[in-house]
Amino acid sequence: MARTATAPGVPTTRLGKAALEVDDRLIVAGPLRRTLNKVFPDHWSFLLGEIALYSFIVLLLSGTYLTFFFDASMREVVYEGTYAPLRGAEMSAAYESTLYISFDVRGGLFMRQLHHWAALLFVASIVIHLLRIFFTGAFRRPRETNWLIGVALLVLSFAMGFTGYSMPDDLLSGTGLRIVSAIILAIPVVGTWVHWAVFNGDYVGEFIVGRMYIVHVLIVPAIILALIALHLLILVKQKHTQFPGPGRTEHNVVGNRLFPAFAGKAGGLFFIVFGVCAALGGLVQINPVWLWGPYNPAQVSAASQPDWYVMFLDGSTRLFPAWDLNLPGNYQIPALFWPTVVLPGILFTLLALYPMIERKLTRDTASHHLLQRPRDVPVRTSLGMMAITFYVVLLISGGNDVIAEKFDISLNAMTWAGRIGLVILPPLAYVFTYRICLGLQKHDREVLEHGLETGVIRRLPHGEFIEVHQPLGPVDEHGHGQLAYGGAPVPKRMNQVGGARRAIRGFFKPIEEPAQVELEQRQDEHGLAAAEADRELTTSGRPSDGGRPQEPRD
Amino acid sequence: MTTRESAPGSTGGADVPGPLHGGPDDDYTPEQLATMPREELDLLGARYDDVQVLHVDPGPEPGSAVERQAVRQVALTFGLAGLAAFAAFVIYAGSGWFLPDWQWTITEGGWSAVFTPMIGALGGLALILVGVGMVLYTKKLLPHETAVQDKHDGSHFDRVTTGATLVGGLHNSGLARRKLITRSLVFMGSGIGLMLLMPLGGLIRNPNTGDPLGTTSWAEGVRLVRDDGSPIRPGDQQPGSLETVFPAVAGGNRESDAATMLIRLRPEQVTVDRPRTGQEDFGYGDYVAYSKICTHAGCPVSLYEQETSRILCPCHQSQFDVTQGAKPVFGPATRPLPQLPITVDDEGYFVARSDYIEAVGPTYWNRERI
Repeated sequence: MARTATAPGVPTTRLGKAALEVDDRLIVAGPLRRTLNKVFPDHWSFLLGEIALYSFIVLLLSGTYLTFFFDASMREVVYEGTYAPLRGAEMSAAYESTLYISFDVRGGLFMRQLHHWAALLFVASIVIHLLRIFFTGAFRRPRETNWLIGVALLVLSFAMGFTGYSMPDDLLSGTGLRIVSAIILAIPVVGTWVHWAVFNGDYVGEFIVGRMYIVHVLIVPAIILALIALHLLILVKQKHTQFPGPGRTEHNVVGNRLFPAFAGKAGGLFFIVFGVCAALGGLVQINPVWLWGPYNPAQVSAASQPDWYVMFLDGSTRLFPAWDLNLPGNYQIPALFWPTVVLPGILFTLLALYPMIERKLTRDTASHHLLQRPRDVPVRTSLGMMAITFYVVLLISGGNDVIAEKFDISLNAMTWAGRIGLVILPPLAYVFTYRICLGLQKHDREVLEHGLETGVIRRLPHGEFIEVHQPLGPVDEHGHGQLAYGGAPVPKRMNQVGGARRAIRGFFKPIEEPAQVELEQRQDEHGLAAAEADRELTTSGRPSDGGRPQEPRD
Repeated sequence: MTTRESAPGSTGGADVPGPLHGGPDDDYTPEQLATMPREELDLLGARYDDVQVLHVDPGPEPGSAVERQAVRQVALTFGLAGLAAFAAFVIYAGSGWFLPDWQWTITEGGWSAVFTPMIGALGGLALILVGVGMVLYTKKLLPHETAVQDKHDGSHFDRVTTGATLVGGLHNSGLARRKLITRSLVFMGSGIGLMLLMPLGGLIRNPNTGDPLGTTSWAEGVRLVRDDGSPIRPGDQQPGSLETVFPAVAGGNRESDAATMLIRLRPEQVTVDRPRTGQEDFGYGDYVAYSKICTHAGCPVSLYEQETSRILCPCHQSQFDVTQGAKPVFGPATRPLPQLPITVDDEGYFVARSDYIEAVGPTYWNRERI
């Protein structure tokens, strides 16, 4: 643009002139260039957090739309709307307006279901993102702050989910709210006082839906937005972690610049997330409140389950034995208190403090920007699997009545299986994971030392059969590989080191010259392993020799 | 930079332009930059952002078969996305106009049943295709570059100089010496903090006045009525049946803790019935009445299996045995369901003899004391 015959540096195009006008006023060229040039490492697992961010944007958009119609009031009304089976029924204005959105707003049902699906995806992607951070050690110094913010976001997303699905005041959500009322009452000493503060009196009162509404649409979203901004600011400031690999160190980031490669992919992902939520919202029915009916404290339906992310707490409540604690002076701590307040309290505290606990135990206080492969940290990986097992037992127990019914199992047997499984399975998961990690580690070392299995069997002159192995790099006088393990994936198949050409492109007929591809691939080899492998290979793609101790080559 | 003029009424100094923002403009004159090609400028800027582009895999060769195919794919994807989006719009706007009405009707099926799925399928498809098109574009048509950006550690210089500024400010304030100010600040801070939190006191209400947790609308002589308000006579129910009853007061059928189960025991249940001590006369003939609100988490216990005399709470699977005073026999509940003492009034309808003699619903800290 700037290459002109006129005065140097003066833009001649319209766009250039406009850009100059903007930069004259705001001086953004420098910061903008720095942003566009920012390098992002390229790995699919780094997109999980983005899914959470994008589903939150979908939630903000669809949620704002829903507020145009929702009436967060517990005023009793008689339904006179389109849905004939409920006409004449007494219900709260909140439930009536939910029916109104579902039946009398054009596309309202779609928007409600889109919002609900996006909420499920939001929490799910946070959890999966958290697991990625955990198992790769991305929470280590200097990223403990962002781990804590992430855990806070997880807890807040639960609060968002609960207040969201409780507001319609249908039979299912009312049952959930009743249980929460009981949980609040179960808190020792202050339980009744807290309940009176939250509900403005005894259950259910006339205040709770209005209060949940403002928590759901203003207070918690504002906190979540602020925390997301902080989360991203810290991420940009600290730069992204990356997996070890050729050229990657603790002091650089290897990948794509933000513009255009990363922006293109991230933008594409946003539309895919939005599209998946929209498709689910239209095609897959979720929470059909008109089938549940208005809330009535004297009614309940079987298989009353909360949304998936609260289900593990429902499971713990079902499994916990009937142990009320009777204290002197006729005071009681109900059994309900332990699985619903104490257990999540302990779980989330442990989760939040894990980086500090690990730092204390391993005495590893150094800064880390290179990620770890889960197999290389067997204790952490096994602890994580143990926690997941514990969680999954609780999750399954949250739906044990449905499983008992569908598979014709005794309900009591399901409860006992959950109680016993909760104690026995996590340690087993620990042991199994630990062994698997060690096995994977050993196999990596074995390949580095002895080379890849080629599948080529060769008969030696004295009759012995050997499998030919392809060394990954230079070998010593015994034929053992000299490459040390660097924390990066070790190739396990010949094709990963150029044993075969890549497929020729073209669906109906080839659209490129095979010879050209071969040539291109030779030039294309980058990365240590690939370069080394190339040196050892003959044109047929087979190793010239190998497998057995032999004469040193170099 | 200095502010040279300090005389009162002056403008604060001569009006000379300040240095340019950022960028090594001294090293690269406009003339020099004008001679550089765009690619070089791009890399030059990147270098100033600590970014080095190591390797560029140029996208497909212009005009090659590979490029033509990729362009076709991307254009097809975007084209289909537009098609799906327009189709979604036509269905949204056209329903009830030149298409059948979108609104729900009592007859199953029809256009209203496919309206929402079509909006979702077409709208979702359009958005997904937009995303897929962008990813295809990036992957197949853009050059692939491998860039490296340096990471910086904290600078000792920055730490020391910033620390000096901060500590200097604190030192100049003299707060460490001026103890009277510090103390008054602490006093003021706690007072102001308390005052700002004070309005939250409006949320606090006393749960112990009037004992709403321990009482219900049941009282001596209050009839047991069905949801529709009709009273019940002893002959109305079959042995082995259960009916949910409410106190015959205004709004009794909407009260959150008054719902009661009126159960008529079968003869073989009557023979094994062992009510709780002191509550042997709470039933009436072969009728017993228990609170419907679970003593665990407050759900209505609803599933009555008369063969085993068990009542199951569908929320957390607590099970209560009606022939043992509704004692919990499985699951997380610890207390039996409270029993309502019942009798029959002059007109032969069921009435309560009093309120429940204990608090119904879930356990709480001082339940036993109320």
